[in-house]
Amino acid sequence: MDDLYREVIIEHYKNPSHRGKLDPHDISFADNNPLCGDHIQIDLRIDSDGLVADARFDGHGCAISQASADMLVESIIGKPLEEVKKLNKESVLELLGIDLGPVRLKCALLSLKVLKAGVYGLGEASDELVE
Amino acid sequence: MKLNLTEIRKDFPILERETRAGVRLIYLDSTATSQKPLSVITAMDDFYRRSNANIHRGVHTLAEESTALYEGAREKIAKFINASSARQIIYTRNTTESINLVAYSWARANLKQDDLVILTEMEHHSNLVPWHMLHAERGIELEFIPVTEEGLLDLETYKILLSRNPKLVSFTHMSNVLGTINPAAQIIRLGHEAGAVVLVDGAQSVPHFAVDVQSLDADFYAFSSHKMCGPTGIGVLYGKATLLESMPPFLGGGDMIKEVKLRSFRPNTLPHKFEAGTPAIAEAIGFGAAVDYLNGIGMDNIAAHEHEITEYALERMEEIPGVKLFGPSADKKGGVAAFTLEGVHPHDVAQILDRDGIAVRAGHHCAQPLHEKFGIQATSRASFYMYNTKDEVDLLVNGIYKVKKMFG
Ligand SMILES: Cc1ncc(COP(=O)(O)O)c(C=O)c1O
Repeated sequence: MDDLYREVIIEHYKNPSHRGKLDPHDISFADNNPLCGDHIQIDLRIDSDGLVADARFDGHGCAISQASADMLVESIIGKPLEEVKKLNKESVLELLGIDLGPVRLKCALLSLKVLKAGVYGLGEASDELVE
Repeated sequence: MKLNLTEIRKDFPILERETRAGVRLIYLDSTATSQKPLSVITAMDDFYRRSNANIHRGVHTLAEESTALYEGAREKIAKFINASSARQIIYTRNTTESINLVAYSWARANLKQDDLVILTEMEHHSNLVPWHMLHAERGIELEFIPVTEEGLLDLETYKILLSRNPKLVSFTHMSNVLGTINPAAQIIRLGHEAGAVVLVDGAQSVPHFAVDVQSLDADFYAFSSHKMCGPTGIGVLYGKATLLESMPPFLGGGDMIKEVKLRSFRPNTLPHKFEAGTPAIAEAIGFGAAVDYLNGIGMDNIAAHEHEITEYALERMEEIPGVKLFGPSADKKGGVAAFTLEGVHPHDVAQILDRDGIAVRAGHHCAQPLHEKFGIQATSRASFYMYNTKDEVDLLVNGIYKVKKMFG
């Protein structure tokens, strides 16, 4: 529980390294967490080899949702899109390095949902994407 | 009379619990739902142990007992809000259902396209969405009394809206976010002068100060048991008898009928006309016990205590750098302190306070348009009831300082 606000999470929340938008971009997707109104948009640039050339997130919400978005976006730069498609709940929890209850899990996974919905070109970010 | 907090706190068994080892619960979320005194828990327990039977029409001993208890609670509730008769107390599930009852029964019989309904910008979703639905269904028009920067209703704009021949005015007696206690008698009188029927959302008022529906001259008045020391699952719609009598039934089924033929029915008299099916019997009895409990302490004493706590809380919280409080000063509001802390999301505030056993709520508190008005998504909200102490306010303040330090 005390880990929930580990320094690294607060650091990513207060000083995100990958906050912003990409213009132009190849992929852009945004969604809300209806429970809290957290909002996340993720923009990606993909190079000719199918690697993530650059990535940014934007939005607002609690420390968990924003820090996980920053960490997630940071972690996928340089990775093949095919690998990004395979990311799941465990990948995000590993990045955060904490355990989360069901309510805060939704905050943590919002960015992954948005990312995968964008990468798969879906109209909606559903919970199944991050199982 | 000053409340004896030591004695009162003993009445609420839950206040003794710890949320984790060594951390006692500090419950500052009574606006969402209040805790329950032992007398309410016992009344419901006794009912199931001794008297449980379905009400009305039964002739056996238990059926008579349960009917008497169920109707006895209605009498108590009627007296509590000074309704002239218990027939005007319709049991519902909660405030939300009470408002929906008016929207489905009264409004669908009386409102047509372009008819004006006046609401306010500080309404809970339960007094917005039923009217949105009626707007979509038959094109009624909606207008809103604006909320000022201070968190009060702008009555000058209200007066202008009234010149447009509104059919209904529906507003909250007390805001669950700003805490604002609205001048209900004045709003109702002005509404009546313009020829409108007036519905009051009393979810936050009836639990916290004395409400007299007759002196207010309210046409409809809605409230929930669970916010006033009673159980969940039961609430009330009070209505003027002439209005209730003129309205078509709401749900159809058993109990709400006088006579049923294969192809027709005659509705029952008040209040049963609006109570179809087996109701929440134990909950009604618990609700009655809650009213007894509140009467025992005295609503004026409760209101005075809450005022003192709120004044203290606002004063202490205002001193914290980065804290922004919403709503008017303590003399114009009830025991609600909604706030933001600069640089920290309200959910994080609530989660970190929870480590110290402090239960506050974070989010839009079912008043999204109001938050939008103030340019925010969410607030953290501490709220107070008769069992809260100044010590608890101090712990809250210390907790907020801890949050600040963590995000420092
Ligand atoms: C002002 C106000 N109106 C209506 C409601 C809805 O009450 P219930 O959920 O009991 O129907 C609430 C509860 O939060 C409230 O605070």
